[in-house]
Amino acid sequence: MGWREARAIARTHSAPNETLVYPPALLCVTGVLQKAGSLGGGRLLGVPIEIWLAGVLALYMAWAIGANDVANAMGTSVGSGALTVRWAIVVAALLEFSGAFLAGGHVTDTVRKGMLDMDRVSADSLLYGMLAALTSAATLLLGATRLGLPVSTTHAIVGAIVGFGAVAIGPDAVAWGKVGQIVASWLTSPLLSGVLAYGIFQFTRRAVLDRESPIEQVRRLGPIFFFYVFFIVGLVTLFKGLANLSLDLDLPQALLGSCLLGLVGAGVGWFFLRRVKEGEPDRDHRFDQVERVFVVLQILTACAVAFAHGSNDVANSIGPLAAIVSVVEGGGEIVGKSPVRPWMLAVGGLGIVFGLATWGYRVMETVGRKITELTPSRGFAAELAAATTIVLASRLGIPVSTTHTLVGAVLGVGIARGIGALDMRVVGSIVVSWVATLPISAGLSIFFYYFFKGLLS
Amino acid sequence: MAWIDKLVGRSPVGPMQEHMRAAVACARQVVPLVEAMVSGDRDAIRSQRGEIDRLEHRADEIKHQIRSHLPRRLMLAIERRDMLEILDHQDSIADVTQDIAELVDQRGMKLPDELAEPVRRLAARVVAACDQAQRIIDELDELVETGFAGREASRVEEMISELARIESETDELLDRACRTLFGIEERLGISTVYWHQILLWIADLADYAERVGNRLRLLIAN
Repeated sequence: MGWREARAIARTHSAPNETLVYPPALLCVTGVLQKAGSLGGGRLLGVPIEIWLAGVLALYMAWAIGANDVANAMGTSVGSGALTVRWAIVVAALLEFSGAFLAGGHVTDTVRKGMLDMDRVSADSLLYGMLAALTSAATLLLGATRLGLPVSTTHAIVGAIVGFGAVAIGPDAVAWGKVGQIVASWLTSPLLSGVLAYGIFQFTRRAVLDRESPIEQVRRLGPIFFFYVFFIVGLVTLFKGLANLSLDLDLPQALLGSCLLGLVGAGVGWFFLRRVKEGEPDRDHRFDQVERVFVVLQILTACAVAFAHGSNDVANSIGPLAAIVSVVEGGGEIVGKSPVRPWMLAVGGLGIVFGLATWGYRVMETVGRKITELTPSRGFAAELAAATTIVLASRLGIPVSTTHTLVGAVLGVGIARGIGALDMRVVGSIVVSWVATLPISAGLSIFFYYFFKGLLS
Repeated sequence: MAWIDKLVGRSPVGPMQEHMRAAVACARQVVPLVEAMVSGDRDAIRSQRGEIDRLEHRADEIKHQIRSHLPRRLMLAIERRDMLEILDHQDSIADVTQDIAELVDQRGMKLPDELAEPVRRLAARVVAACDQAQRIIDELDELVETGFAGREASRVEEMISELARIESETDELLDRACRTLFGIEERLGISTVYWHQILLWIADLADYAERVGNRLRLLIAN
């Protein structure tokens, strides 16, 4: 494939034109809902109109997430022929959903309560603000996708909350320390995942690629990688992560459970790695066989990224929804705790599946058809590092960006001289889009805050 | 993933290998060219030159493509400067082959019978050196895969040592051919100078092949 074709393919990757249809369509829906509400005395089918609005907007946000991000993790596995598009979508939807459900609670809390001084927020402004936050974050996400820029869902929602908070309540109501922590995560999360990716890649190089029989080595070490991933995911999920299932384990119990889960994972890994067909050895490309074994490991890490993404990013649409519902049901009081209900998770999950079906499907097919320069062994190192970072950060309640960590991880592998060429100008534009996310989303959110205030009060 | 594919640019390794294949394909034409020189068939020489020009041109096109797609903003597994240096050596292989064909064609040179055997042997060994250099460049993607270390690196270093051995053999063959040439210089007159130039150029091909290998050895040592 020549340079020109490669560029042409890259161009077709950017989002299709109909993106721009969605925001106006959404505003029409909110208008209709408002009208229906005013006819029905503020209720539609017995449910307060604000909750309808919040539900639709959360669905919109989840849809944007599903359309934009979810295909990322699975795309390379489709590309290597390890998964069909259909299976990739099923697996992605399943893992995103379980990530949100099992480990998503912590970030939801941060998004809902951490950014603003809740004592000073009135119920009404919280309501309009959260609606505005959902709308502006989703709009920003779609616009960025249209431009092919990877922005962070997390930072879009954080920027939006800070935006309406500073205007509606006052700058001193914003927890600037928390905002600073997030700004710091621009540096720390790519740095951490970059260092991890560098280490993981150097390890696979020493332990596998440089060996006499790399295939034997990767088969031997594969189950250990499986153990590690299952252990991390298990630990994060089990250690106070299962509050949604009213199952609280203490640390030793969680450790034990994670170990068991890791062992199960190692067994699964052993089974699958054994079944990989090596194919004919190719004299010109002696590492093709090894890469074929790495494909299996990469499916694993892609699943881990999907899970981590679910635990981290899906909370962004559910968090504001939960806050709105608790305000409405509290009769204007801000209740201390706003529980995440199963139907909210269903809204998030539904949105993602819907996004996958309408957009992600095509993104995945395009990515899948393209010959990527990121070989499975590289993708594996980058994704494993990113998943570890996200899962840990999400457990600590720091809203990091999936995108940032992935970029950091890819750079880490690149610094280890593992990637033929990295386009540093793309890195530059990505960093600019990260920095721009907060102010733009804050501005949008201020606009939508007054929009909803005018619409509903 | 669109942005990851943009971030991970097209690696220049594939085009580099393609360029080397074109350059070495050009150098291989020296063997039939020598045969045409031995027979003194001007038409055969001319058609050989045409073929060499065509192959050189192809190598040139690939070179320009690589150069214009190697912007400074790319962070490469192989440093930009090293990459361009290797590319220059590869390109010299095609260029020098073209120089040989040009001179032989322009002067319509028939190789003296005494020189036929020494030049044939020199050309064959030189082409062997170029082939070896191509095999080494073919390992470039494997080297990137393993990060220029470990078993793959020692494998390539072994191949580079083999290339050096072949090159020193061509030096001996050049020496012998030159001695034969100067033994009949009275008879050849002014042609001696041109034949000497052609012998040196043929041997240069092995020299450039060796430089490609040596530059790569430095990369591995880094």
